[in-house]
Amino acid sequence: MARYILNINGEQREVQAEPNMPLLYALRGELELKGPKFGCGLGQCGACTVIIDGAAIRSCVTPVSAISAKSIRTIDKLGTEDAPHPVQKAFIEEQATQCGYCTNGWIMTTVAALEHNSDVSNQDIREFLSGLKCRCGSHMSMLRAVRRAADIMSEDNES
Amino acid sequence: MKVNPSINRRDLLKGGASLLVTVSTAGVLNSSVINNAVSKEATTKLRTTAPDQLDAWLAINKIGDVSAFFGKTDMAQGVGTAMAQIVAEELDVSVNKVTTILGDTNLTPDQGGSSASSACRWGAQPLRNAAAEARQILIDRASKILGQTNEKLDVKNGSIFVKDSPETKISYGELVSEEGFGTQLDWNKKYGNALRTSGTASVKDPADYTVVGQSVVRKDIPGKILGTTEYCHHVSLPGMLHGRMIRPPVANAIPVSTNTKSIADIAGARVVHKRNLLAVVADTEWGAIQAARQLEVEWTDTDAPFPHMDQLYDYIRQAPPVVSNGQTMTFGSKNYNVPRGQKEYDLGPTNQVLASAARVVEAEYEIPFQSHARMAPSVAVADVSDNGVVIYTDAQKPHDVRAGVSKMLLLEQEQVHVIWLPGPGSYGRSDGDEAAFEAAVISREIGQPVRVQWMRDEGHGWDPKAPAAVISLKAGIDDNGDLNAWLFHAKGFSGWDVKNNPSNPGDTLAGMQLGWQKWDEHNFGTPEESYEFPNQVEYWQTIEAFQEVASPLRCAHMRSPQKKQVSFAHESFIDEAAAAIGQDPIEFRLKYLKEKREIEVMEAVATAANWETRPSPSNDIDSGDLLKGRGVALFSGYGTFVATACEVEVDRISGRIWARRFIIAHDCGLIINPLGLRGAIEGNVIQGVSRALCEEVLFDQENVRSTDWISYPILDSMDVPEAIDIVLINRPDKSPGGAGEPAHVAIAAAIGNAVFDATGFRARQMPLTPERIKAGLAT
Repeated sequence: MARYILNINGEQREVQAEPNMPLLYALRGELELKGPKFGCGLGQCGACTVIIDGAAIRSCVTPVSAISAKSIRTIDKLGTEDAPHPVQKAFIEEQATQCGYCTNGWIMTTVAALEHNSDVSNQDIREFLSGLKCRCGSHMSMLRAVRRAADIMSEDNES
Repeated sequence: MKVNPSINRRDLLKGGASLLVTVSTAGVLNSSVINNAVSKEATTKLRTTAPDQLDAWLAINKIGDVSAFFGKTDMAQGVGTAMAQIVAEELDVSVNKVTTILGDTNLTPDQGGSSASSACRWGAQPLRNAAAEARQILIDRASKILGQTNEKLDVKNGSIFVKDSPETKISYGELVSEEGFGTQLDWNKKYGNALRTSGTASVKDPADYTVVGQSVVRKDIPGKILGTTEYCHHVSLPGMLHGRMIRPPVANAIPVSTNTKSIADIAGARVVHKRNLLAVVADTEWGAIQAARQLEVEWTDTDAPFPHMDQLYDYIRQAPPVVSNGQTMTFGSKNYNVPRGQKEYDLGPTNQVLASAARVVEAEYEIPFQSHARMAPSVAVADVSDNGVVIYTDAQKPHDVRAGVSKMLLLEQEQVHVIWLPGPGSYGRSDGDEAAFEAAVISREIGQPVRVQWMRDEGHGWDPKAPAAVISLKAGIDDNGDLNAWLFHAKGFSGWDVKNNPSNPGDTLAGMQLGWQKWDEHNFGTPEESYEFPNQVEYWQTIEAFQEVASPLRCAHMRSPQKKQVSFAHESFIDEAAAAIGQDPIEFRLKYLKEKREIEVMEAVATAANWETRPSPSNDIDSGDLLKGRGVALFSGYGTFVATACEVEVDRISGRIWARRFIIAHDCGLIINPLGLRGAIEGNVIQGVSRALCEEVLFDQENVRSTDWISYPILDSMDVPEAIDIVLINRPDKSPGGAGEPAHVAIAAAIGNAVFDATGFRARQMPLTPERIKAGLAT
C-alpha cells in the first residue's frame, strides 16, 4: 500500500492503494465518485473514461501510480443540471442515451476531442468515437448529439 | 449510494413486513435514487402491494405529487416516463407531478418485471385504471365540499373546479388523507404479465388524450448524462465485503478444494465454497479481484462438454429431437410450436406436393449462440441476516428474484426484500439476476453484506445465451410459377433451457451449483406473420443441451426470443422464393399476407423507401467493387407490425457490409410517447445490425471463448448506419403494442436480402461477417 495524492476535478485528494491498482477503483472506491463506470476492466469499452491532462484515458487499465501530479477530470464535476457542459447539453437535447451506463465514455471522449478541436466532420466524429461500446444501440442519437455539440463549440470558438 | 447503517443492518424486519416497508422507504426513496423526490406522506407510511387495493398503485400527497407504483422495471427505454404519462392523463395532472416507482418488491405489486415488450401493452392497465379510479373518488369528495354535482365539476392540473365558475376549486392535495384511498378494486387474481384490475370509473377515450401521445422528454435522461444517476453498482452497505465468483476452466468442472494460503496476503480475503459454488470475498474490490486471480483451486477432471465449434451445425442436424417426460417430442412440447390452431402435423401432403412440384427451392440457415453481453456484467448487493434479506439488483424481474432467493434460502417471500435500481440495458434473461443469488448465498455463509460483481469474461462467457439453430425451408413451385407447398423446420437448442425468470433457483447458476433442479420445458418457435401458402407446414424441434447443469451455453430468452432466429431464416427464404419466381420482394409478400396491418406497413415502407418494383438481384451485381442493394423484411409480434427496408453497400474486396440506411414502418397501435418510441426503435435497429453482422459466441470443447469485446465484437460507430428513417403509424383505436423488441427482429433478414440484391450471394449463416461475404462472393 502506498499513499497517492491525486488532482481530481481541481481538488487534491489522497488515496491509499497498491501501485498497480487501476485508477478506476480509487475513483469509485475511496473517492466515492460515480461517473466513471466499470464495464470491462480491459480498456475495451470506455465506460471508465476520465480526462487526464486533456486526453481521454481508460481508468480501468491505468495504474494509480502512473498518474500522480496529473490533472484528472471526471464527469461528476463536468457540468450541472443548471450549467451542463455543452456536450452534456447536446446529449440531453438529443435524448442521446438509453441505459446510460456507457454514456460517461461517450461524453468524456467527446469532451476531450472537441475541446482539442471542435472543427470536425461527421467522419471525424465516427473515428474518435470508434472503439466505444454501446449495447442499447443509442449510436444514432449520440452521433447527432456530438454533431450538435461540435457545432455549438466551434461557433463559440469563432465568436 | 450509502445506505443508512442503523436501518439496514439492525432494524430490518424486526417488526415484520410492515416495518420493512418503512425501512425500505427511508433507505431508498429518500435518497436521490428516484428523480423528483417522492412525498414523505406517500411513501413513509405503511404500504400495501396487494393488487386489489387502489393504494398499491397510486399515492397522492398533500401538495398533489403523485407516486405511481409499477411492478415492472425500465430496461432503459423510457418506461417510467411512459407510465407517468398514462397516470397523468387519467388524473388530469401535469406529467411532472408524477413519479414512477419501479420494481421494488415491497412497494410495487408483482407485475412480472420487464418482459415481452409488455410495459405499455399490459403493464399499464392497472395504473391507468387506478388513476381513473382515484380521479373519480377525488371528484366525489370535491362534490361534497363544493356542494356541486359531479357533472358540474372538471379537473385541470390536479385541481377540481366548477365548470361555470372556475375560481371555485379545490386541489387534489386538499382532498387526500394520509391513510390513502382505502378503495378495493377487482383483480383477476393473477400475478405477472397477466395481472389486470378493474374499478368502477371509466378510463378516458383515447381521442381525448392530451398527455399520452405527446413527446414527453424522458425523466431519467439528464441524470444519466450528468453522471448523477444512482445505479445498482453504487450501493454500498456498512460492513459490506466485495465478492468475486470463481469459474471453472473447463465448463463442467467442479471445485474439489482450494488453497487458502494462496490468498493469505490479501486483506480480509476468504473463500466461500458451498457444494459446487466457489467464491472469494475481501475487504476491498481490488482485493477481491486479486484474490480471485490468485486463488489456487483443484477442479475435477472432466470430459470436455462441447463438440468442436466447427461441428456445431452438423451436431444440431444429427442430434435426436429432445426427449421429455419419457416421450419423444418430435414436434416440441406442449402447444408452443403449433400455429393456427393445429395440434399435430402431418408432413405427408406437403412432402407429396414437394415431390411432384415443377420446381423446389430449399435452403438451410445457420444461427449461432449469441450473448446478451450487457455493458456491465452482473452485480448485486445482498444482506442476509437473522432479520431477513435485502437485495439490491438491476435484474429485469425483481419479484422473481424474491421468489427464487426465498426458495433457495428456505425463507418466506415476505422475508426477502428486493430493491431494483437501474443498471445496464438488459434484453431478456441476461446475467442480470445471477449475482443476486450468488450474493445471497455468500452473505448468508459469512454473515455480512456482500457485493458480487461479475468480471467482463463472466458477462460474456457465463450469461444465458440465445439458442443456436439450423432452420431449413422448402417451397414448391408449380408449372404456373405459383407456390404450392411451404415447409418450415427449425431445429435448435431450447430457448427455455433455463426459465425466462429466476423464480426457480434451479434456473440460476448459484441454484444449480447448490443442487437445485432446472425446470424441464422446451421451446423454439415458428413464424408469426400472416403469410398463407398452400400446403404450409411450420414446426420446430429442440435438442438436449450440451451440458445440463450450470452451463455457460445454457439458453434462455434473449431479445425477441427465437423470433430473431426464425425471422432470419423465414424472411430470407421468402426472398429466395420471390427471386426464384422472379417477383419483386414486396409484391411477393403482399400476395400472400392476410393481415391488414402487415399489408399497410409493407405499403408504407415501400413508399418511404421509394421502392423500385423489380426482382432481386439487381442488374448491377457485376459492376465495380462497391455493390449496392436494397432489401426488405417483415415482422409482426407483441401486438406490433414492422416493415423494414434496408440499403446496403458491400465491398467486394474486403467483404464488408455497410447497412447504410434503414426505413422502418412501425405500427404499435396507440403511441404513448413518439419521442421515446423513436429512440427505442433506433436502439432496436442498431442492436439488430450488430447481431446480424458481428455477434457469434465462440467456444471450444472445454469452454466458451467469447470473453470480451474483442472475442465478441458488437457494432462500432464506424459501421452504424447513416440514417434510420422511421414512419410511425399511430392507431389510437388500437391498444398499445410492444415496442421494446419488434423493430429488432427482422433486421438480419433485411440486410441479408439487401446483400443478395447487391451481389447475388445469399448469406445463410449469421453473423454476416466480412470473411463469409468474401468467401461467398468468391464462389
